[in-house]
Amino acid sequence: MSDFLNQLAFGWYPYLAITVLFVGSIARFDANQYSWRSQSSQFLRRKQMMIGSNLFHMGVLVLFVGHFIGLLTPIWVIDALGVSHPFKQLTAMIVGGIAGIAALVGSSMLLHRRLFDPRIRRSSSFGDIAVLSLLWLQLVFGVLTIVWSSQQLDGHEMVKLMGWANALVVFDAAAAEQLAGVSWIFKLHIILGLTLFLITPFTRLVHIWSAPIWFLFRPGFQIVRSRHKLGQPRDVAAAPQFAGGGASATPRAADSGETGA
Amino acid sequence: MKIRAQISMVLNLDKCIGCHTCSITCKNVWTNREGVEYAWFNNVETKPGIGYPKDWENQERWHGGWTRKKNGRIIPKQGSKWRILAKIFANPHLPEIDDFYEPYTFEYEWLQKAPELQAQPSAKPRSLLTGDVINKIEWSGNWEDMLGGEFSSRGRDYNFEGVEKEIYSQFEETFMMYLPRLCEHCLNPTCLASCPSGAIYKREEDGIVLIDQEKCRGWRMCVSGCPYKKIYYNWSTGKSEKCIFCYPRIETGQPTVCSETCVGRIRYLGVVLYDADKIEEAASVEDPKDLYPAQLGVFLDPHDPEVQAKAREQGIPDAWLEAARRSPIWKMAMEWKVAFPLHPEYRTLPMVWYVPPLSPIQSAHEAGKISSLDGMPDVRSLRIPLRYLANLLTAGDEAPVATALERMLAMRSYMRAKSVEGRIDPSIPERVGLSQDKIEDMYKTMALAAYEDRYVIPTTHREADEDAYKMRGSAGFAFDADSGGTTKTNLFGGPKRAPDKKYMDVPT
Repeated sequence: MSDFLNQLAFGWYPYLAITVLFVGSIARFDANQYSWRSQSSQFLRRKQMMIGSNLFHMGVLVLFVGHFIGLLTPIWVIDALGVSHPFKQLTAMIVGGIAGIAALVGSSMLLHRRLFDPRIRRSSSFGDIAVLSLLWLQLVFGVLTIVWSSQQLDGHEMVKLMGWANALVVFDAAAAEQLAGVSWIFKLHIILGLTLFLITPFTRLVHIWSAPIWFLFRPGFQIVRSRHKLGQPRDVAAAPQFAGGGASATPRAADSGETGA
Repeated sequence: MKIRAQISMVLNLDKCIGCHTCSITCKNVWTNREGVEYAWFNNVETKPGIGYPKDWENQERWHGGWTRKKNGRIIPKQGSKWRILAKIFANPHLPEIDDFYEPYTFEYEWLQKAPELQAQPSAKPRSLLTGDVINKIEWSGNWEDMLGGEFSSRGRDYNFEGVEKEIYSQFEETFMMYLPRLCEHCLNPTCLASCPSGAIYKREEDGIVLIDQEKCRGWRMCVSGCPYKKIYYNWSTGKSEKCIFCYPRIETGQPTVCSETCVGRIRYLGVVLYDADKIEEAASVEDPKDLYPAQLGVFLDPHDPEVQAKAREQGIPDAWLEAARRSPIWKMAMEWKVAFPLHPEYRTLPMVWYVPPLSPIQSAHEAGKISSLDGMPDVRSLRIPLRYLANLLTAGDEAPVATALERMLAMRSYMRAKSVEGRIDPSIPERVGLSQDKIEDMYKTMALAAYEDRYVIPTTHREADEDAYKMRGSAGFAFDADSGGTTKTNLFGGPKRAPDKKYMDVPT
């Protein structure tokens, strides 16, 4: 039973979550772009946003990149680069710890604001509150893992986690087994993390996909759109002639009896 | 030379009676929805005043518009692209909804539902954001109407710069004017430049600036970027919205709703041809006082055969060229030079222009002294300080505004002499640098202001670019039309949940 649950949570669930993340996001982008936005509430209440939102977002960005590199880099690459496992673990703990605490402080402010500011609370959807609460919980779990990590500084627990992530990427059926002896706090963190992936397409989290870095590469500032090819002559043969008034304004003026005197 | 056409607007402030019909009709058509209850695509401010949103003209606070760097290039005042991106998590220059006002309605339903009471039931105001009772309404879209409020508040008006404003705090010396405001549909819009998603665009055919609601991601940089604060963040849908210049009406040759319903006949709509290649240069001139003449230099003379030939070559339809020749905007802005852009110092090259208002003479004593000149007072003796108007319309350069006011006064005296005294006085137009024909045309356009003289709007001819047969049935009435599924539930979430509104009417 326990083996089955282990396989379900760490062998199959990751694929389900990632599949829903991608397919769901594409489906939403295709079907309902009008709903695709960051849904910022700064306009309703600026308080706690300036510090809270910046701390949260910057922290999460560091965490995201950190997890991406830390988990998905093949172990042999780490070894080939001559990075020792304890050193890598310590780096992850320090960088992740700082970013994690920053993000946690930020998200606590944001969550406080969302729950206790009547304007924000009452204009929030269930999803807005749920997502922020789950993110906050996930940050708590994440920061807590440092306590466990600090008890084993040799990096072997970290290698198990990396091994699991590596195995998932190469579709190794035995991936889940790698996590057999890992502490429960890591497992909780992983399950909640995957759940966040799973719900992303159904929440405001989709705005992550739209991080507008392309703005930096936009040539110039202005954008002009046209229905026809710019600079091409248009076939407007039967243009109505002006007879004393605007094309369509004349009949209107006559209708209303307005002569302008 | 890249010739483009724009449907532009002039508002003759001399005739504005401040009735707000434009605002109300616009509101009823475009922003009578949840999330934009506070938004007025068109609003009318009483000046002097800090306006709507509060203090909008203070760009040191909001960082709207453009700024000119030492090397002569212009960048949005809120920063270059990477600086804008750095502010994306929390925009320090973003106004809060309270800077506009907290939207509210009244408990109308309670008036009918109330049981027998000791006192008459009253309709309390309730916030449209929280549904809570608001004990005291502190601010609203037009709080300073007719010089409402004390001078210490109103006196913070940015346009008092260089004016001895304390004089005007006295009741006997005070002055006022109305300023209807809408999106300027600028040639060099900062909202557009600031949009990280690239959702805002200027239409090549008619110059209307629009926000693509599908592409907007709610990064809200446009709100702070626009110096006129004419972009409104819809707190319900999480997208920005703005005045659309009633493009569905303009495309079919009808005036915008605000123009159509204008009681004072102050609004004019017409085509202006401009050279898109000159925009950057004109917006980058060093001295802000040169921005107004620089923008005039961007416009192209529709009577010039060379311009006409080039325009035709570049795909501008003949009907548009004809409209450009008859354009009231061209006449007022270029021929008579009586219309000016609003705050050219923002470097956005705005395309909604204003005719400055005449005002009563400051004091009877002075009036007696100078009225000997054909009853034409010195424009500097008018009650609204010239400097104030210049701060509003020409970045502080008084000369062009003075000329415009003199021409308007000259038109009055010339026509008074002609129709009352039966005397044609050719010296009057001469003195203000106009011909008799021009002053008669001015009278016809600005004083009589017939419907067909005010609105010269060619149709867009979408049929030339789109297959109407393929497009039939493709557009509905809602932004968020349901996707054709069988359930009402939207898997991906629609607009935000409406707050619980007990005893409340439908939004606004």
